Amino acid sequence: MADEAPQPDGASRGLPVVDRRQFVQEALKACAAGCPVILAVFALPAATAQEPGRGGYDPSEHWYGMGIDIQKCIGCGRCVAACKAENEVPPDAHHFNTWVERYVIHDDGEVTVDSPNGGFDGFPPPESEAGIRRTFFVPKLCNHCANPPCVQVCPVGATFSTPDGVVLVDEAYCIGCRYCIQACPYGARWFHPTKHVAAKCTFCYHRLVKGLLPACVEACPTGARVFGEVAQRATPLARFTRMNDIQVLKPHLNTKPKVYYANLDVEVR
Amino acid sequence: MKVPEQVPRLSAVFAVAIAGLVAARSLLLPETFGKLGHYRAAAIDSVAARPTKYAGQQACAACHDDVATRRAAGNHRGVSCEVCHGPEQAHVDAPLEVKPPAPRDRGFCPLCHAYNPSRPTGFPQIDPVAHNPLKPCITCHDPHAPVPPVVPGECSACHGQIARQKALSHHANLPCTTCHQAPQQHKVAPRTVRPTKPTERSFCGRCHAEGSSGPPEAPRINLAEHNPRYLCWQCHYPHYPEAR
Repeated sequence: MADEAPQPDGASRGLPVVDRRQFVQEALKACAAGCPVILAVFALPAATAQEPGRGGYDPSEHWYGMGIDIQKCIGCGRCVAACKAENEVPPDAHHFNTWVERYVIHDDGEVTVDSPNGGFDGFPPPESEAGIRRTFFVPKLCNHCANPPCVQVCPVGATFSTPDGVVLVDEAYCIGCRYCIQACPYGARWFHPTKHVAAKCTFCYHRLVKGLLPACVEACPTGARVFGEVAQRATPLARFTRMNDIQVLKPHLNTKPKVYYANLDVEVR
Repeated sequence: MKVPEQVPRLSAVFAVAIAGLVAARSLLLPETFGKLGHYRAAAIDSVAARPTKYAGQQACAACHDDVATRRAAGNHRGVSCEVCHGPEQAHVDAPLEVKPPAPRDRGFCPLCHAYNPSRPTGFPQIDPVAHNPLKPCITCHDPHAPVPPVVPGECSACHGQIARQKALSHHANLPCTTCHQAPQQHKVAPRTVRPTKPTERSFCGRCHAEGSSGPPEAPRINLAEHNPRYLCWQCHYPHYPEAR
């Protein structure tokens, strides 16, 4: 090929002539020489990663999830109040890490859902029970998906899944673009009005590392919330998922939620 | 082979670019970014370092073991202390300076125990308007070991005076349900859901009308002529009928 080609322009300008074979060889050599530099910049920090020290707590031993029994929830809203107190969630009616919804299914099939102040103050009884076929409460929170869409869309890596399966927000790194709030199919994220960062349920991570239960689980008077290890067999959550018929919210989205509902009604979205 | 002139030139350009990249990355990237994944590993520590407000069940029982024991044996055994008393980490840290609140008014208990059709069937509920109005719940119920709500098996549990009178009357052998139908809800909300009363003269007439098939000793009247403007019980007291 090179022999048949016309003289390159470089020869007429007195530049050294390099044929295609030589050029590829030189380029490959240069790449090979440059690779260690690139590796050193990008790959080595990951290889030398170490677990952050948190006295005696080993994240690799855990993989957290929560179970919620709809038939045990009485809609008292103590979980909402406890969560707001524990996590310093703004005390207004628009920001919740966890909230309780009331579903009312009427005789004509119409479904109404309400959550006055997230259930913080409890629920006033309906004016009339006429025409109500069935009604129940559904506590909701971040599902701490194993395949979280909010983490995928974050442009700066400010939200992430911890090694123990909790989805957290890095408040110091979040740029407040709200992509994650849009991406969450469960409406579990909210924008902090004063910090101007995305905020969400942390499974009370600061309590988990101390061996405590999340505040909402601690505050649930009827045991409707069960917290613990998803993978291990002899744990309260494992027993919960063994003894109940389990559903998750929006399974068709392949988010692999780790909040497991027992006795969930077909109308719950 | 002679190295072409453009190779060292280009190499210099690449070297500067790579050095610039390395410098910029080391300057701009947070220290722990990428240690565990595409995020700042130190963020986990900052979340984990947040202060706790709820101390947890065990912290309360460590000092208040008497209440904890009583509670553990009662119907509120599943209700941890901080459900009612609020977050107590501050009290645990400074037991004498910070005293936990105790809700004593009627507004708090109905958060769980007010009747609401959305609540699961069987959960103990009352109508807060009709259930001993104005009395704080704790006058009758011990919140640490609440007595189970005894569902009255007999009407006499509440309507003792009527039961005692009726026992002395000619109607002693008639059960309450002969004349009254009490909806199940009457036990939950006794003042808002009331039992039925006879609404027609012919009801009493089944025994007391001339030619009726009632027991022969029952006094008979002519229903059509005997004060037809009134229901029987507007003049006679059926729990202690005075006639005869």
